[in-house]
Amino acid sequence: MAFLDKHAILEKSPTLLLVSSLLVVSIGGIVEIAPLFWLENTIEEVEGVRPYSPLELTGRDIYVREGCYLCHSQMIRPMRDEVERYGHYSLAAESMYDHPFQWGSKRTGPDVARVGGRYSDAWHVEHLKDPQSVVPESIMPKYEFLAETRIEATQIKALLNTHRLVGVPYDDDMLDNAVADFYAQANPDSDYDAMLERYPGAAVANFDGQKELTEMDALVAYLQVLGTMVDFSTFTPDASR
Amino acid sequence: MSDHTEKNVDEVTGVETTGHNWDGIEELNNPMPRWWLWTLYATIVWGIAYTIAFPAWPLISGATTGVLGWSTRADVAREIESHDAQNGALVEQLLAAEMDRLPEDPELLRYAVARGGAVFKAQCSQCHGSGAAGFKGYPNLLDDDWLWGGSMDEITFTVRHGIRNDIDDEARYSEMPAFGELLEKEQIRAAAEYVYSLSNDDAEPELAASGQELFAEQCAACHGDTGRGDREQGAPNLADAIWLYGGDRETLIQTITYSRFGIMPAWGQRLIEADVRAVSAYVHGLGGGE
Repeated sequence: MAFLDKHAILEKSPTLLLVSSLLVVSIGGIVEIAPLFWLENTIEEVEGVRPYSPLELTGRDIYVREGCYLCHSQMIRPMRDEVERYGHYSLAAESMYDHPFQWGSKRTGPDVARVGGRYSDAWHVEHLKDPQSVVPESIMPKYEFLAETRIEATQIKALLNTHRLVGVPYDDDMLDNAVADFYAQANPDSDYDAMLERYPGAAVANFDGQKELTEMDALVAYLQVLGTMVDFSTFTPDASR
Repeated sequence: MSDHTEKNVDEVTGVETTGHNWDGIEELNNPMPRWWLWTLYATIVWGIAYTIAFPAWPLISGATTGVLGWSTRADVAREIESHDAQNGALVEQLLAAEMDRLPEDPELLRYAVARGGAVFKAQCSQCHGSGAAGFKGYPNLLDDDWLWGGSMDEITFTVRHGIRNDIDDEARYSEMPAFGELLEKEQIRAAAEYVYSLSNDDAEPELAASGQELFAEQCAACHGDTGRGDREQGAPNLADAIWLYGGDRETLIQTITYSRFGIMPAWGQRLIEADVRAVSAYVHGLGGGE
């Protein structure tokens, strides 16, 4: 085993040891991480997943800003108890337009990957303002100020463009209409058909019930779309993963 | 340090030394314990075998699937299936049963209620409360006051299709007009006073009397001449002391002015059929089932 005895050479030269360690770790990284970028089955193709609408994307920014991910995960793991409580386990495709993804790793509160449509808008508004008013045992903080903070679509086009730069397929049509779509989604009296064509299945409502467009509207619009894009009554995920 | 090619042997133990020498103290170069070395080799073999048995090695367009054919998804599907099979007979009975006749089979009812209780805790308690006593805007399910009917069939229908949602065409639907756009403030105050008088003794008689006329014109079509409501239209009984949004004057005026539009999701689209039936049986059994 003369070859194995050669370790003395590495051990006596710190530079060589460092370079060799780097090499070994890199191989590990290349083997484990790099294939995920080209393997076809990393993200299976799923019908229905679309980029977030301008209002939803704004709501998502608020979700991230308030650190919701610190207590709420967005990842239903493939386990029986999770599937029974939260619904179908999450698919990679469902968060492929999330930058960054909101899978989270801590559940102080419940998972919200499929919270969309599960409660009414009114419930969400009430619950965000004062969680204990509807769930007395909750320890969630109050987010009343969201309903008092007005929002404008001043930067929405740039926000969409930023996401386009990192790979979300927003087309020119979506960018050009970003401002209009932003306001249309929160106004059931508006002409929102074009918006729905660009973002199928988006909930159109005056989410917080106030005249003014607030952060509450955006956040609830975001929450109401979570986990609703894939129709599991027509889509059966590949069972061999 | 001495030259490595020359072997140094410690005189006392007869063991080779590393050649390192600190003030006459030398380091023995004992070999690794055999058990340790063999354990190391065994883990390497195990590691290779593991990657052959389970999905592991990345290839050009996919990855090896492993000779055991194991997958996370098949695993969870099998787990769910085996769990369902444990109560398979009861689930089948539940799916075949006529909901209204469920109470005739105590064993099946017991199963449905137990299963429904778990569903309720996970899915319904956020709005109706973990004790089902409800909150403002979310009905109390413990009493016998039902907006849309309290029989097993009616409850099941409500659970399955929901109320006023826009995802289920069969959802229960009714919409009270926002009378703020139709009536004067004074008229609304009068109508509210009349509604208040139906369940309170301290109403102002004159105001209530003028409100009664308005009520007959504007409200009776849905809420009935005596304000006892109509389940067909989900119109609440206004003559009892049970209020969804509140029965004080201020709340009544608010309700009449802006109307209310409570929404319940269509659980038939989110839960499997057995869970819809089970949770309906649970709600029916909470105390107010008809």
